[in-house]
Amino acid sequence: MNNSITINGIRFIVLVLLQVVILNKINFLGYINPYLYILFIILYPIKNNRTLFIFLSFLIGLTIDMFSDSGGVHAAASVTIAFIRPAILKSTFGAMYDHQTVKFASADFASNLSYISITAIIHHVILFSLEVFNISKVILILQKSLFSSIFTIILCILTMIIFSNRK
Amino acid sequence: MQRIINFIIRNQSFLLFLLLFLLSVFFTIQSHSYHKSKFINSANFLSGGIYDGANSISQYFGLRKENEVLIEENNRLKSIMFNSETNGSETTSIDTISYDTKYRLTSAAVIKNSYSLTTNMLLIDKGVNDGLKEDLGVITSKGIIGIIENLSGNYSSVISILNSNSRINAQLKKSDHFGTLEWNTESPVFVQLVDMPKIAPVSVGDTIITGGRSTIFPKGIPIGKVTDFKLDLAEDFYTIQVELFNDMTNIGHVFVIENLDTEEIMNLLENDE
Repeated sequence: MNNSITINGIRFIVLVLLQVVILNKINFLGYINPYLYILFIILYPIKNNRTLFIFLSFLIGLTIDMFSDSGGVHAAASVTIAFIRPAILKSTFGAMYDHQTVKFASADFASNLSYISITAIIHHVILFSLEVFNISKVILILQKSLFSSIFTIILCILTMIIFSNRK
Repeated sequence: MQRIINFIIRNQSFLLFLLLFLLSVFFTIQSHSYHKSKFINSANFLSGGIYDGANSISQYFGLRKENEVLIEENNRLKSIMFNSETNGSETTSIDTISYDTKYRLTSAAVIKNSYSLTTNMLLIDKGVNDGLKEDLGVITSKGIIGIIENLSGNYSSVISILNSNSRINAQLKKSDHFGTLEWNTESPVFVQLVDMPKIAPVSVGDTIITGGRSTIFPKGIPIGKVTDFKLDLAEDFYTIQVELFNDMTNIGHVFVIENLDTEEIMNLLENDE
């Protein structure tokens, strides 16, 4: 239990620092940035106190917002994916989730990929809709969400493979 | 009453989600409205300190470029100085320590810059302790950067001209026709000058400078050059595509410009109303 708190605390700080110091400055092709910090929400333990989890997700989003002067867009997107995470888990992992035995490192690649993809795409669509905040620029919103999602998904999968402690 | 409490307990995660979501939407709306003090901004001890540390490493990579800019500026200033000395009959030297200056400049380093969002902000390493205030203009030797929005002791955040909320008064260099400088969020190289009257003699290649109609920027600071222009829908005003002189994706050092007469001008305007 104590171990889980330490791991998630370190993950929170490392992901925020990584995001604001390096990843926000990539600007691939001018506007494409990965948002790797959602890995904190993706990898948060399944058996959790839901209220605390939603609040922590809000906190990580708000921290990113503070660093990037973006109002509350990251907080809104993060808190939404945290709230709908059980539904996504249920649809991608199925029975494994019902028995509360999901281990991301040992689960098969397809379920992991669809879980991360759905989470990232929902997060990015909300993020960019609020950031652009203009319904007449819907093409720009979709374009930004699509390309950034691809970047985020690839980076999330790579990070999970590199740091998985599967022997 | 019992039922209401039961309802709240049963749906506590949904209600918490709703509360936090609405709170963040409120922050977002606040960040889109111009000139409101914001709770969540990067001009504070924590994010300022972290960006400062990161910048102290990354600034080494831009030293060569920074030097070139400085030499260029030195050249320009020296040429002005020598040229004004040769026809010195007009300049009179006053033996005083209190020059009647209208503008005060403060140099600062940019420790955070963004240009890929629709509401871009910069963070500079000077704040209230260095005598800065809200609504001061920020420029480089090549052109304008933005306007100070939030301040803390040692840091201030700056609304970049690459921000869809930014509105700056600008005019043609060759005539006094003026318009408003906006950004359509598409490219960090181009900004748009709108509401320029149809009668103005615009042509491609013209220089755009700041107009002296606000107290933030003095008149005549370069902004960019005209690359394209067309009439808007009503066919009364031009929308002009302006290519910035500054490379907004690569900014090292900036100057904060303070108009010392702002208070006097504001008082006068208030009295008129």
